[in-house]
Amino acid sequence: MGAALEIRNLHVSVEDQPILKGVNLVVKQGEIHALMGPNGSGKSTLANTLMGHPAYEITGGQIIFDGVDLVEMETDERSRLGLFLAFQYPVAVPGVTVANFLRNAINARRKADDPEYKGIPIPEFRRMMIEKMDLLQMDHSFGGRYLNEGFSGGEKKRAEILQMAILQPKIAIMDETDSGLDIDALRIVSEGVQRLSGPDLGVLVITHYQRILNHIKPQFVHIMMDGQIVESGGPELALHLEEHGYDWLREKQTNGDV
Amino acid sequence: MASDAEHLQGIRERYDEQYGFSDPDNYVFRARKGLDAEIVAQISEMKNEPQWMREQRLKALEIYQSKPVPTWGPDLSGFNEDDIYFFVRPADKEGRSWEDVPEDIKRTFDRLGIPEAEQKFLAGAGAQYDSEMVYHRIRQELEDQGVIFKSIESGLREHEDLFREYFGTVIPAYDNKYAALNAAVWSGGSFIYVPPGVEIKMPLQAYFRLNTANIGQFERTLIIVDEGAFLHYVEGCTAPTYSSDSLHSGVIEIVVKRGARSRYSTIQNWSDNVYNLVTQRAMIYGDASHEWVDANLGSKLTMKYPSLYLMEPGAHGEVLSIAFAGRNQVQDAGGKAIHVAPHTTSQILSKSIAKDGGRSSYRGLLKVYPDANNSKSTVVCDALLLDEYSESDTYPYIEIEAPDVTVGHEATVSKVGDDQIFYLQSRGLSEDEANAMVVNGFLEPLTKELPMEYSIEMNRLIQLQMEGSIG
Repeated sequence: MGAALEIRNLHVSVEDQPILKGVNLVVKQGEIHALMGPNGSGKSTLANTLMGHPAYEITGGQIIFDGVDLVEMETDERSRLGLFLAFQYPVAVPGVTVANFLRNAINARRKADDPEYKGIPIPEFRRMMIEKMDLLQMDHSFGGRYLNEGFSGGEKKRAEILQMAILQPKIAIMDETDSGLDIDALRIVSEGVQRLSGPDLGVLVITHYQRILNHIKPQFVHIMMDGQIVESGGPELALHLEEHGYDWLREKQTNGDV
Repeated sequence: MASDAEHLQGIRERYDEQYGFSDPDNYVFRARKGLDAEIVAQISEMKNEPQWMREQRLKALEIYQSKPVPTWGPDLSGFNEDDIYFFVRPADKEGRSWEDVPEDIKRTFDRLGIPEAEQKFLAGAGAQYDSEMVYHRIRQELEDQGVIFKSIESGLREHEDLFREYFGTVIPAYDNKYAALNAAVWSGGSFIYVPPGVEIKMPLQAYFRLNTANIGQFERTLIIVDEGAFLHYVEGCTAPTYSSDSLHSGVIEIVVKRGARSRYSTIQNWSDNVYNLVTQRAMIYGDASHEWVDANLGSKLTMKYPSLYLMEPGAHGEVLSIAFAGRNQVQDAGGKAIHVAPHTTSQILSKSIAKDGGRSSYRGLLKVYPDANNSKSTVVCDALLLDEYSESDTYPYIEIEAPDVTVGHEATVSKVGDDQIFYLQSRGLSEDEANAMVVNGFLEPLTKELPMEYSIEMNRLIQLQMEGSIG
């Protein structure tokens, strides 16, 4: 039911260094997955590779999204198919307002479907933007600020979720969205994601810490180490990790129990 | 209904009458290349000018001939004086056929939404663009306010005293070689006078009178904004504009009197055969202010440094400059702020972009005279390089001779970040759209100062440049 993102035996190198060594994962619309793991395990590499970052070279395996092989596909095409990445470090684009940017993103999508499309009417766009900003408790003046320029960590993350709310992807990957957030910001962001989620949205939450999972409750939890997913389970797996750290997993691996 | 040819003929006749080109029965005008006293005298004769003007022209010619070609900037050795027509009657100007207009230029016109009649005109394939109807109504409103907005020739003919009082006082012929050239052979341009306290709400556009004479090689414009008045003047257009003339040397003089405010916006997109050397200067008096908004998109080589002379306390001036250099283009632009009086302020903001091996540079001067104490100036020049082949240089000259002055100078060079492009693409924008967005964002602090239609056209033009659809 719904589109699926299937990652099959994915191998990825960066500057000839193998980082992902056979990742297998399936995320469907309507599901919430969490991906955890120590630093350097390859979580961000996976996120960026899924979106098609040119620095990441796929040396083996497949990425199938909604039945389509993504590997040869440009980043913008993947986006228009319904894939979204909420960045860990959103980059600033000076001189481009949040509103202008969002409107262009919407138009890019709709024009791809219909080359004659003239662009979303401004009143409709404004209504949409205000509605979503209210959802995320964002000040309306946000739309007039230059994208990510001078934003606090919390503002950047909320801007990512705002984009997600406007672009309505099928599958969203959230790369360490909780990093740099204080308790209140975390709550607001999580509530936003919760409100967006439903049968039409599949979410892959990539995180280092368990606490975001108190707010965004996953059905599936996966743990990544050294470029592979070494353990999968339900939400209790995250709690176990919180109590015991990653050492028990490393021991398990060394003892060949995996 | 008159045929096209008859209609065109009719326009030419009315035009000659309106803009003062007389054609004495017994005078035979022979157009020829090169420049000498005979040609200069002919120009003055054709325009029926008073003796003093003719003498000024001839003197200016001497000055022009005595000055060497400047070598402090880009290479100007590329064109030969003997190969240029320094004066051509507008009706004799050579156009080109619509079939010869390059496809990418035609596509640009379509993408910019330019009506067909204008397209032909801009491409050099039409004799004139007759916007007489629109212009007429506006002219009436202005006349009612006592505003003078005429061709430079009419200015001289109908307002000789006013004209003579100011002409050549802001930019005298001896200022530089090309000012001298213009002073000798000027033809076409605007003469504007705004009476004290009059605020002209909508931007005045030379565009209204855009016709072959006013896309002059040697345009001369003189603007006087009297005390407390307000004027915004716009010239040029973003669309690629063809000129058969390879040398453009314009002079723009502006006098901004006490308490007045003015802004002069230029958008230049000349065809790539043109050398565009322009001297622009504003004399700004007590508590008055002036802004130059200068966008250089076309031409083979442009050298242009709009200047602010801050003459009395309280004077303020700004230069907002955009330069875009594509393949085989050199944009050498910037501004000059000359603080003559104390308690004066200036700001220069320059944004230059280079692509496909183009060369886009900032060249500017900040000069503070000994008496200009307690003055303040800020210069910001940002360059954006879009690939490894393009170049941008910065030549800031700073001469401070007063003891207590606040000066700020910042220069940045950046390239479009791969991370930015990836980020924008991840939202569904194609690579070209992403590049265009970054470039438009880079220019935004300046484009938002342009009248809306221009800034929209500018954004679209940048988009097209990014797609590489303009050669």
